[in-house]
Amino acid sequence: MSGEESVLEAEGSVPTTADPGAVGEGGSVGDSPLRREDARALRGETTYTDDFGQEAAALAFVRSPHAHADIEGIDTDAAAATDGVVAVYTWADLVESDAPMELPVSTDPLDCEVPGHPVLARDRVRYDGQPVAAVVATDRYVAEDGVDAVEVEYDPRGVESDPEAATGEDAPTLFDAASDNVAAVGELGDREQTDRAFAEAEEVVSVELENNRLIPSALEPRAALAEFDRTEGFTVTMTSQSPHGHRRKLSHTLGVPERQIRVISPDVGGGFGHKGHHHPGEAMAAWAAMRLERPVKWTARRSANYLEGAHARDHQTHAEIGVDDDGTIRGLRVETDANVGGYALGGGAAMPGWYGSLLSSQYDIPAISCLTRAVFTNTAPLHSYRGAGRPEAVYVAERMVSAAARELDFDPVDLRRHNQVDPGEFPFETAAGATYDSGDYGNAMDRALDAVDYDDYRERVAETDGPVTDDEGRHVGVGVACYVESTGGGYESGVVRAHPDGTVTVSAGTHSHGQGHETTYAQIVADELGVPYDDIDVREGDSDSIPTGTGTFGSRSTITGGNAVAESAREVREKARDLAAATLEADPADLEHDDGEFRVTGTDRSVSFADVASQAYGWGVPDGFEPGLESTTFYEQEATAYTFGTHAARVAVDPETGEIDVERYVAVDDCGERINPLIVDGQVHGGVAQGLGQALSEQAVYADNGNLRTASLQDYAVPKSLDVPEIETEATVTPSPVNDLGVKGIGEAGTIAAPPTLVDAVLDALAPLGVESIDMPLTDETVWTAVRDAEE
Amino acid sequence: MFPPQFDYERPDRLDAALDALAAEDAVALAGGHDLIPMLKAREADPGTVVDLGGLDELRGVERVAGDSVEQLSIGALTTDADLLAADPAGVDALLDATRAVGDAQIRNRGTVGGNLAAAHPASDIPAATLAADGTLHLVGPDGDREVSAEEFATGDHETVCGDDELLTRISVPLDPDAAGAYARKTHPSTGYAAVGVAARLRVVDGGVADPRVAAVSLCDVPVRLSAVEDALRGVDVGAPVDAVASAAECADEGVDAPVREDHIVSADQRRAILPKYVEEAVSEALARAVGREGVVA
Repeated sequence: MSGEESVLEAEGSVPTTADPGAVGEGGSVGDSPLRREDARALRGETTYTDDFGQEAAALAFVRSPHAHADIEGIDTDAAAATDGVVAVYTWADLVESDAPMELPVSTDPLDCEVPGHPVLARDRVRYDGQPVAAVVATDRYVAEDGVDAVEVEYDPRGVESDPEAATGEDAPTLFDAASDNVAAVGELGDREQTDRAFAEAEEVVSVELENNRLIPSALEPRAALAEFDRTEGFTVTMTSQSPHGHRRKLSHTLGVPERQIRVISPDVGGGFGHKGHHHPGEAMAAWAAMRLERPVKWTARRSANYLEGAHARDHQTHAEIGVDDDGTIRGLRVETDANVGGYALGGGAAMPGWYGSLLSSQYDIPAISCLTRAVFTNTAPLHSYRGAGRPEAVYVAERMVSAAARELDFDPVDLRRHNQVDPGEFPFETAAGATYDSGDYGNAMDRALDAVDYDDYRERVAETDGPVTDDEGRHVGVGVACYVESTGGGYESGVVRAHPDGTVTVSAGTHSHGQGHETTYAQIVADELGVPYDDIDVREGDSDSIPTGTGTFGSRSTITGGNAVAESAREVREKARDLAAATLEADPADLEHDDGEFRVTGTDRSVSFADVASQAYGWGVPDGFEPGLESTTFYEQEATAYTFGTHAARVAVDPETGEIDVERYVAVDDCGERINPLIVDGQVHGGVAQGLGQALSEQAVYADNGNLRTASLQDYAVPKSLDVPEIETEATVTPSPVNDLGVKGIGEAGTIAAPPTLVDAVLDALAPLGVESIDMPLTDETVWTAVRDAEE
Repeated sequence: MFPPQFDYERPDRLDAALDALAAEDAVALAGGHDLIPMLKAREADPGTVVDLGGLDELRGVERVAGDSVEQLSIGALTTDADLLAADPAGVDALLDATRAVGDAQIRNRGTVGGNLAAAHPASDIPAATLAADGTLHLVGPDGDREVSAEEFATGDHETVCGDDELLTRISVPLDPDAAGAYARKTHPSTGYAAVGVAARLRVVDGGVADPRVAAVSLCDVPVRLSAVEDALRGVDVGAPVDAVASAAECADEGVDAPVREDHIVSADQRRAILPKYVEEAVSEALARAVGREGVVA
């Protein structure tokens, strides 16, 4: 296989692409109307949680400065005596109430029965920044004064923040129920079969990999405003990706039935997973509001949000790939230690157990074995963050395929092509247990290679005896990574309600905080219902006014919420058509339906959707019909939809300084049918920016004593707008056969694809200098050190 | 981010400001980009914040006579944006460095004097002030005094300026034969310089004369790169490229103070990237000097 052959294949393929249409026009599926929510945001008219409850008392936490310590005593007298302080609470106050006040933990997938994260530390703290006491005051300034006045006596314990070291004999134990600090051991694939495959493979390449620990950095930190009424119960306005999910979790933590809790999630400034988890803040605010019978508001400071997490990624991996000399991959063997932090937060500690299900990436790998240890350490709890296991798995797979290619002296693209699952093989079951629904992997890869001028670059490499350098002496490299992303999951509610005037309100249990549901759901319903896009409003975010739903995470909204509202719209259309037929005294089958009107085919006899809606709610609904014109669907997808694509980057690396210039970044993604291509593009842009953040600069750093050294934006290197290169996007369209809309999710593609793409490009640039492997983040220092180490 | 309580005064005359600053635990507020974040993080707990915003006499940019050459005098409360808008000739490195400060919003509020007086080790302006052989003018209860840029900063956020003194203006010699430039590597998290280098030199008879090269964020205080200066002296401007590169190679020779490090950029890395930014600053200064000489010729 040579680079030239791949050119011919690229030219021979016929890409399927959708015409994106004019930006800002239309309101049908496939059009790109501007997001409705943007005008409001640009004018500063959005209302975030902290904008509500200006009269509420303010809650602030006293946080542990120790990463691991026993609490010997807490003196709250001075704080309680501070002018304006309303109350000071510790665990002793919580335990006297009926409320459990321990965040629920999914222990089923774990190997141990560990306690959940207490809302306030019980008698011990296990990570830097854990909440120890809560101060409620008339305003936030006074609350912080009160926090400063609380005196806590700690007896420090040994600290370990490294997952491998935490399993050692001398390591301090976090929980008695897990004396070796191992929360769970997960095994995936077939170990014996994989061992046999490796025995037969002609080459085995092994690499040690680290997937760096990240801190989610939404613009808006978490916040909650809690109100309590003895009759109405709780109303908690909060930064939630999942209002019903938070209602359920609050019900558990507070010991209150779900029916007595209303969760409202207003405008939210970015979620990325970390507003899907349950944290102490909302529970403490609700408990205090009940105790004080007055509204209590908690708004996390940036540093609090950073200290408490949840953090993400943080895997140390030993991986091996077995491959034959002709490039055929025989097997993949992976062992990972995943650092899950100081507590099992919800399902966070269990998350690494299923991370391996995407280890096959786009390839037909006959044998896969993945062993994962989830390890407690004295760090902030770990949970899902844009990608949630999928970036970790695809990073391993793509790094290993590239490593094998370099070992065999293959063009990495040829090795990928040789092993990619063919379009005719779907549905395709991988050795890691995933069933891919549809794909045309080679097509997307060809388009990415074409866009990044891959063949020209390979020709230059072939002509150059040594590194490819630019006129500034920098080493040029091109990296390519392919990916799959499992998207969707769980059920979702979708309501379509036609009002008597024929306008329509759509609601769903998902929550939009940048995803553009107000726009996309209206596009879907406009098509399905045949009413004008402008007559449709979309509402989300109130657990009382929307049927129970699941929420927005895991690239699931369009698949689950989108199909739910589509199904409800179809049901409403059916009923409206039947009503129209009765009115027109025609057979429903003879009716056309377009632009808000039902017409008897071939005649001028028609009735508007608005008149039908009016009739549905008026006196004298035709015989055989119930009044009303609305429908509620609880939709569950048949199977997971697998988004895929290829990203490519060209970098120039200065070996003298380690500086990386990302000169080109190309993303070709296939998320099936695109409801709104402009919004799909936006999702890819944001995801790639975050993925490049992981690849280039972001990393949570703990000092030896367990203090978080990156507890602010001064210290944690989120990419700034000028750090993000121009992202060139293209799309191919391979509809999903497992849902009616043919859609797949696109929310996390960028964070999955960008890290292996960028690292591959840098390794390609540095290979002539002898650099074989490198770990993220690729700061100047990391690259410079790798070059220097290779020279020695 | 909720500051502790403090008293607030906004005097409209310099002597009143000095009186207010004489109080215990009083601190001066100029553009606020150093003080306000420290207040919000409760790292500073002053009794009184003395807002200098009313002291119009400390604003403005003007040419004044000097001992040998003319001087540019910059009022300490002149904002970064106002200095850039004034666009005075003869202070290229200072304008480059001012342009490198933060972003437009920060430059609209941040002041040249505040930048120097805060003595943040990674601030850009102190590099240019040092390379330009600037002088800082202080006033206090005991009267006026002048301090050279070389002597002003004594440590991380520490200067010779007393708690009861104020920096009133900065003066920089305007040598018609000199040119300067500033180049920096931006730190990935702070947005400040990871290293910043200012160069100022003259071209006399086709050769480099009186080079002054200064770095910030290398050590806790701005430092002169004397080895670079020595290597540059007399370099033929006709064929300077290799000479500048080799001069840059010895960038950290003679830097005795400890080199800064943090969890993202180590001391070794700072030393390693320094030559690139020395070369960039010196090359640009040279190009400007030669261009100017060309115009004169």
